[in-house]
Amino acid sequence: MSQLIYNTFDYEVQPPRLAPDYKSTVLRAPSKPLVVVKQSLSELTGPVFGDFNLGEFDHDLTKNSIKNGEPMGERIVVHGKVMNENGRPIPNTLIEIWQANAAGRYVHKVDQHDAPLDPNFLGAGRCMTDSEGNYRFYTIKPGAYPWGNHPNAWRPNHIHFSLFGANITNRLVTQMYFPGDPLLQYDPIFLGVPPKGRELLISTFDLSITEPNFALGYRFDFVLRGHQATPFENV
Amino acid sequence: MLQTPSQTVGPYFAYGLTPEQYLYDFKSLSNNELAKPLNEANVVTVVGKVFDGNGDVIPDAMIEIWDTQHQRFGRFGTGTDPQNRFIFHTFKPTSVGGQAPHLSVIVFMRGQLIHSYTRIYFEDEEELNAQDEILNAVPADRRNTLIASKNAAGYEFNIYMQGENETVFFEI
Ligand SMILES: [Fe+2]
Repeated sequence: MSQLIYNTFDYEVQPPRLAPDYKSTVLRAPSKPLVVVKQSLSELTGPVFGDFNLGEFDHDLTKNSIKNGEPMGERIVVHGKVMNENGRPIPNTLIEIWQANAAGRYVHKVDQHDAPLDPNFLGAGRCMTDSEGNYRFYTIKPGAYPWGNHPNAWRPNHIHFSLFGANITNRLVTQMYFPGDPLLQYDPIFLGVPPKGRELLISTFDLSITEPNFALGYRFDFVLRGHQATPFENV
Repeated sequence: MLQTPSQTVGPYFAYGLTPEQYLYDFKSLSNNELAKPLNEANVVTVVGKVFDGNGDVIPDAMIEIWDTQHQRFGRFGTGTDPQNRFIFHTFKPTSVGGQAPHLSVIVFMRGQLIHSYTRIYFEDEEELNAQDEILNAVPADRRNTLIASKNAAGYEFNIYMQGENETVFFEI
């Protein structure tokens, strides 16, 4: 049997465990060296959600929790492709989405930011890539919000994502930012990524997908861990 | 192509990733039942806490479990149990491809820019544990951090992010 061996994290673009400017890493980052292990069946498999029954409006956060009207804020459409490092598209893979509303407020019960909740916006959604690895969803552009990391700390506008990919080595949780955001240069979470990786987290404005009289378009591609070109032969 | 960098799951993942557990009005993708304790045989319960470098229990971690043998996946946040434990109902795996029985674990939380991988092995599998290639790749004095202890209710597996008992995390 031959099997692909997946690449490990590329620390030229991936953040370190400990990033002291992001204060809560100090007590939560593993401090001992990680133990490098050979990938086994456990790592080379993972959950498949191809038949997960997505709700009709899971991919449309502007519609999936309407109570009495449209959510407030700027409608956007986000699209892109999920690939691996080898450039191969990843079809039928699940993307989970969550974010603040236009005012920068999360529905989460512990979010104490004094900005209004929107009764018509939950801020959670999901979509699946198509047979060519492409995805698309609609939402409201999230607002910036303050946090307690340091005096006058504000998170730049961002959308949270969770992806599964081919197996558990492919697991990715990340955040997408918006072009030209002046808060990026002050954000220790964004700056926790080495300089070479930072621009990979910033979406691009995309006029070609912008829908006239309806929604601005942004493009954001995901690249999951890839594998060596040639399978290893396992006897 | 370059990998998309990881970013923290943050403190507000619950309504997106574990909505039903936290009582939000959105359907959950998965929960803490990799197996149904009442309907399926050989189901065990694995519970534990996640500790930070001060020894405080972390109430906003999200734990994912992958059981490759049974192809089951589970996810649970530590924010709803009164003691901030994670609780999973799962088949107890048997040997997988020559390895000792184990579950794969992925740990996410605010304060982690990138997730951590570990494994749960079982105390009552001494013989298979002793031969397990991955356990044997771990320094002998840290192997116990990967082994769940057995009690009347099932298994207990605590995760220590730092400190003397720091859990072994893997680069996979
Ligand atoms: Fe956020």
